[in-house]
Formats: sequence, C-alpha cells, structure tokens
Amino acid sequence: MEQLVILIPIALVLGLVGLVAFLWSLKSGQYDDLEGAANRILFDDDEDDPDPPKKR
Amino acid sequence: MADTAADTTIALDRPKRRQCRGDPDHPDVTAYVIDLADGRRTLHLMIEGIHCGGCVAKIERAAKALPGMVDARVNMTTRRLTATWDGAPSVGNDLVASLGEIGFGAVPYDPERLQQSDSQDERSLLRALAVAGFAAANVMLLSVAIWAGHAQGMAEATRTLLHWFSALIALPALVYAGRPFYHSAWSALRHGRTNMDVPITLGVVLAAAISLHETIVGGPHAYFDSAITLLFFLLIGRYLDRRARRLARAAAERLLALGAQSVTVLMGGETRTVPAEQVAPGMTVLVAAGERVGVDGTVENGLSELDTSLITGETLPRPVKAGDRVFAGTVNLGAPLRLTADAVGDDTLLSEIVRLMEAAEQGKARFVGIADRISRLYAPVVHLLALGTFLGWWLIIGLAWQPALLIAISVLIVTCPCALGLAVPVVQVIATSRLMKRSILVKSSSALERAANIDTVVFDKTGTLTLGRPSLIDGDTADPTALRLAASLAQSSRHPLARALVRAAPTAEPFDGVEEVSGQGLRRETADGEIRMGSRRFCGVAEDDGDVGMELWLSRPGQAPIRFAFEDQVRSDAAHVVATLKAQGIAVELISGDRTAAVGPVAREAGIEQWQAAATPADKVARLNALTGAGRRVMMVGDGLNDAPALAAATVSLSPTSASDIAQTAADFVFQGEALTPVLTVRQTADRSARLVTQNFALAFGYNVITVPIAVAGFVTPLIAAIAMSLSSIVVVMNALRLSRR
Repeated sequence: MEQLVILIPIALVLGLVGLVAFLWSLKSGQYDDLEGAANRILFDDDEDDPDPPKKR
Repeated sequence: MADTAADTTIALDRPKRRQCRGDPDHPDVTAYVIDLADGRRTLHLMIEGIHCGGCVAKIERAAKALPGMVDARVNMTTRRLTATWDGAPSVGNDLVASLGEIGFGAVPYDPERLQQSDSQDERSLLRALAVAGFAAANVMLLSVAIWAGHAQGMAEATRTLLHWFSALIALPALVYAGRPFYHSAWSALRHGRTNMDVPITLGVVLAAAISLHETIVGGPHAYFDSAITLLFFLLIGRYLDRRARRLARAAAERLLALGAQSVTVLMGGETRTVPAEQVAPGMTVLVAAGERVGVDGTVENGLSELDTSLITGETLPRPVKAGDRVFAGTVNLGAPLRLTADAVGDDTLLSEIVRLMEAAEQGKARFVGIADRISRLYAPVVHLLALGTFLGWWLIIGLAWQPALLIAISVLIVTCPCALGLAVPVVQVIATSRLMKRSILVKSSSALERAANIDTVVFDKTGTLTLGRPSLIDGDTADPTALRLAASLAQSSRHPLARALVRAAPTAEPFDGVEEVSGQGLRRETADGEIRMGSRRFCGVAEDDGDVGMELWLSRPGQAPIRFAFEDQVRSDAAHVVATLKAQGIAVELISGDRTAAVGPVAREAGIEQWQAAATPADKVARLNALTGAGRRVMMVGDGLNDAPALAAATVSLSPTSASDIAQTAADFVFQGEALTPVLTVRQTADRSARLVTQNFALAFGYNVITVPIAVAGFVTPLIAAIAMSLSSIVVVMNALRLSRR
C-alpha cells in the first residue's frame, strides 16, 4: 500500500500540470476565436514570406 | 477649411466618390480611431459578410496592404477586425474604403462601450469549470478504487487514506468552483427569497461537512465525489446559459453599434465629425445628400426631401424646408441640409416612442422563465422533504440523530437539481446556434421560450410584408426608349422612385447636366428643348383628385407625357408564409401606418383578411394589448420606428435587418435577407425547444421519483448517488442534442 503514497501524488501533479496548462491557454486568449483558428491553418500565404509562391 | 463658405451657405457638398448606386458613401470613421501609448493608432471594426476562412484571409491581406499597417486580425467568431497602424487617423477611412472594394461592409465601434464584464464572468465560470472538472476526475478515480475495494474487502485504513486524498482534492475545489452558487444563494436568502442555488449550496456544503466528519472518524459515507461532480455538471449548465446570454447580448450590441454613426457638426467655422451621442442641443449639424440624419433637429436652411419610411412607414419621401422638424433615422435624399440639434425634450417623437416602449416592456419584464418557475416550487419541496426525512427517522423511528441527519443529507444530495440545471441552457444554446446559422439573431435569452406556442402573428406592412422600396409596375410593357431615357435621368437622383427606375433599366447610361428640383423632379436641357421627369404638376399634366398611387411622369419636347406607375413590392414568399401560418391554425393580422389605399392591396396579395390602416404607434400598441389581454400569445413582425412600441408590447417580436435601429433594439429576433420564412423557422425552432425542455424536466423529475424514495428509505450509498447524478445529466444533454439533428 506504500506505493499509493507515491503514485497518487504523482497522478495529482500530472493532472495539475494539465489544469495549469488549460488555465494558461484560457488566459492567453486561445479560446477567443475557435472558428477562426480552425480556418487559419488553411491559409496559403506564410506571414513572413513576402512573396507567396504563385499557384499554377 | 474655407470657413466663410461653410458658414454662410450650406456648402457641404462632399466630393462625390461614386454615383450612389445602392452603396452609400463610406462614413468618416476617424472619430473611432484610438491613439495608443506608443504613437500607433488602432481601430475596431465590425465586418459584415464574413462567411468562411477565405474571407478572413482576404480581409487581413487587404488591410495589411495599406501603408503603415502593423497588425490586422479578424476574429471570425465575433466577426470583428482590430487594425493597428503607424500614421494618420485617416488610414482608418482608407481601410474601410478598401474593405468596401472587396465587398465587406465595415462599421466602427467603441470597444469600451461593449460590455466587457460579461465575458470576464464567462471566463471565471470556465476557470471554475476547469478546476471542478480536474477535481471531479481525480476524486472519481479514487472513488472507483474505494467501490472496488468495497467488494474485495479493502482494509479500513486504506479506505480512510483514499478518503483523505479525496478530501484534499475536493475541499479546495468545492470552495473555489462553488462560489457562483454560494453568492447567488446567499443574496437570495438575504432578500428573503429562495432559488435553485439554495438547495445546491446546502447540499454541497452539508455533503462536504458530513464527508469530512466521516473521514475523520473513519466511516464509509464520504460523498466527496457526488459533491464535486454535482458542481461540475451544474457549472456546465451555468456556463452554457451565460454563453447563450452573451451571444444574445453580442447580437444586440452589434445592432446598436451599427446604429452608431458619426455626425458632421459645425464648430467655430470648422466642420468636425463626432459620434452622434456627443452632439449637444443647439449645435449646428450638417447633413450631406444621401446621408442619414443622426440627431433630432430643426432645419435651419436648405430644401430637400427626407426618406421617412423607417419612422412613419410611408414609402414616399417627405419634402422639408427651413423651420421643419426632422428626426434621427431619416435619410436625406435631395440637397444638403443644415440643422440645429434639439434638446431631447419630452415632446420629441423619439422620446414619445421610447415612453410607449418602456410602458410596453414592463409587461415583458413580468415574464418568468420556466426554470425559475419550477425552482420556486422545487426548492421548498426539497427542503421540506429533507427535513421530514430527518424528523421521521429521528423522532418516529427512533434512530440516533447523527445517522438520521446522514440520511436527510443523502436526500438533499440526490435531489440536487443537476439535470434541472442543465435542462434549459443546453436546449437554448443549441437552438440559438441553429437559428444563427440561418441568419436569425436571437437578442434576448428568454425570447425562445416566449416564441413557443404563439397563436397570433401581427405584421407591419412597409418593409416587413413588403420590401419597403417601390418598384416599377409593368416594366416589360413600357416603351423601352422612354424607359431608358427616364432611367438615364434617374441615375442622378436618390429619390426612391428614381432608384426604382434605375433598377428597372440598369444598363442606362447616366446623363450630364441633369438638374434636380427638390420636391418636384429632374430636368435636362437638350437641343430640342427641356426633358422633365417628376410629379404631375412638374410635367404639366392635369391634377387628378383621386388616389393615383406612386407615379412619375416623363415629358419630352413634342411628345405626350408618359406615366410610370410604381408599387411597393410584397416579399416574394409573403403569401406562402401567411398561408402556412393559417394552415397551422394561427391568426394573422396586418396593422400599418400607411393609407388605406396602400394597405388593402398588400393585405389581399398576402392573403390577410384582418387588416387595419392609418394606425398610429399608440393604435398599434392598443391593438396588441387588446390581443394579449384576451389571452392570446402574439408575435409581432415589424421594422419601423412606429412599430417599436408594438414590438415591445408583443409576447415576442421579429424585425428584419433593414429595420430602424430602435425597432431592432425592441425586437427579440432579427433576421436577414429578403424572405419572410424566418417567421416560420423561429416558430418551429421555439416550439421544438419548448417540447425538449418539457421532456428534459420530465426526465429530471422521473429520475427524482425513482431516487428520492431510495434516499428517504436510507439506502443511498455514495456509489448510487454518483451514478444517478451523472446518468440523469447525460440523459438530459443527449435529449437536447436531438434538436441539432435535421
């Protein structure tokens, strides 16, 4: 049973890391525009590419 | 600025950017540009017409192509663009213009005026939800071990150890995530009322206390898992409810901001653009041709015609001259005007209408949502039940008070209205997003509930049953050369009848040298003589005393004058919508402020037998009050300022996006497009949501009918409580999701 004393805290810490990560993403505005974020990945032109390649 | 010219005459002839082909000149947005601390400037715009990611890319690319633009980002969910640049404020105008060129309408707004607190509330709820979710998952893991150990003979010491771990996770989470409920329950109790949050708070606090006590003494009855999952599910419901409200508010705010416009005022010989609400009484306001009047005022000088259709419901413009009163919301069609802004006194049309609206809205404020009505009954019943259980076990059966209290608390936990808390918000969120996909904005959170089971629909005429703009009758049979000539002349005017002619012959080339005689017509000198188009008298035709409807005459040298007749076109699906409503057993009425001769034909065409013409705003309210007073549930569909009080007086109301700002503010739903079918869609969705909400309550109560006797009898273990709670919530959510199918 002694393992529990180690394993449960480990599980809790891992869970807490997830929770903190979520709260951070919430705070940094990553949930403000879910619809736009889903579409942005499809944009062809790279933002730092001054001359996007022409499509054939 | 040449101040002498601007001072002495009404020389506010803005350079014409383009002939007014439907799209009005872009307004000056510099009043909304915000100076940032680092010398940059930023502008917030609401964008019309975003449909997909491609639109977002197009808008951002167009914005970033402007010189000095540092950042431009579109939020696709809220359809708002935030642009930041280095340079003059006028870049904002360039931005709006270049967006207009690629087909997106942009309207500036002041982010300060939008309610920020609401989204912060929503965020703190989401944080509480995350904490509760984390705690619930971990406590559940431990609880599964405890339940399994129960069957396999887990040692008491191990169980207590796991209970301590659960307490360690659950107690801080309960304190943090339960705050929204504790606050609400406390404020209700302090005012001597009780609401749904009182039994929730009582259940959670008592469950936590008794579980802690059991853990300390090493007993088996620890309900940490039930308490925290209860909070988790309730927070989901609360979050969805808040979200639906925010979406509704955002819709309302968007409309309000769209109404916000800049006004050109004359100050110390200089023209300046300011937001309409900053105009003080006595200021001189300039209204260019084609511009919307931003304030109530008196005409100082100028001679023009105003489109008052949004205010009075009349299709034809009204001539104005010096000394006439004009109202915000009208559109100046003719020549530039100079106004003196009035005090917003009690005798203005607007305040009269606002008064009527406020009086009518008091009736609506009395509306109590089904969830509140149920909780008013539910909370006392639950409390009495728990108290009865305690007294019964303790005094009648003779149990010791501690186990009797434990049983009473298990009753409270089991009856905690978890499924009840989810029943309404889940359905509302799904129904609202369903309507939004069909371009119908839901503006108030109780609107859907009120729109269910209506039995009467009242329509306004101009702009509601009809498109609110005249169109040429028999355009096909008219003499094509005459029509072409008339349309070429009409290109130079903003008069609604002239616009209708242009629409009938869109390929006609505009003429040079056309002169507009305000209130009478257009004329052009040619080598053969003068061509005139306008009123009967202007074209030298004998007056006719009868009701001639809307008409224009065209007189050419050496030829008999030709008459063009117009009518306000009925929306193409109006007859179908009215017929469908009637087939569903709903009474349909038409009340209009327009003349009898104009209303009758429209009523016939739409198939409405019950109609009333020449109704004042007060008449409309009186009719609606008579209907609602007779126990009818009335849906009002209207668009004008004169409809606003009636919209507020109805059980539920709809307004097209072409409506006046105040009508859109008063309405519960705002729909886009030229079709009237949204009336049917709203009705159908509202009826289905009402059915689903009733089913959900039935499910939630059904679950209580099963579990409450078990709890009262003292057979509830932590395992049964946890399973029952989760199961009922999931069933309710699944039932609500049926709405999103089809």
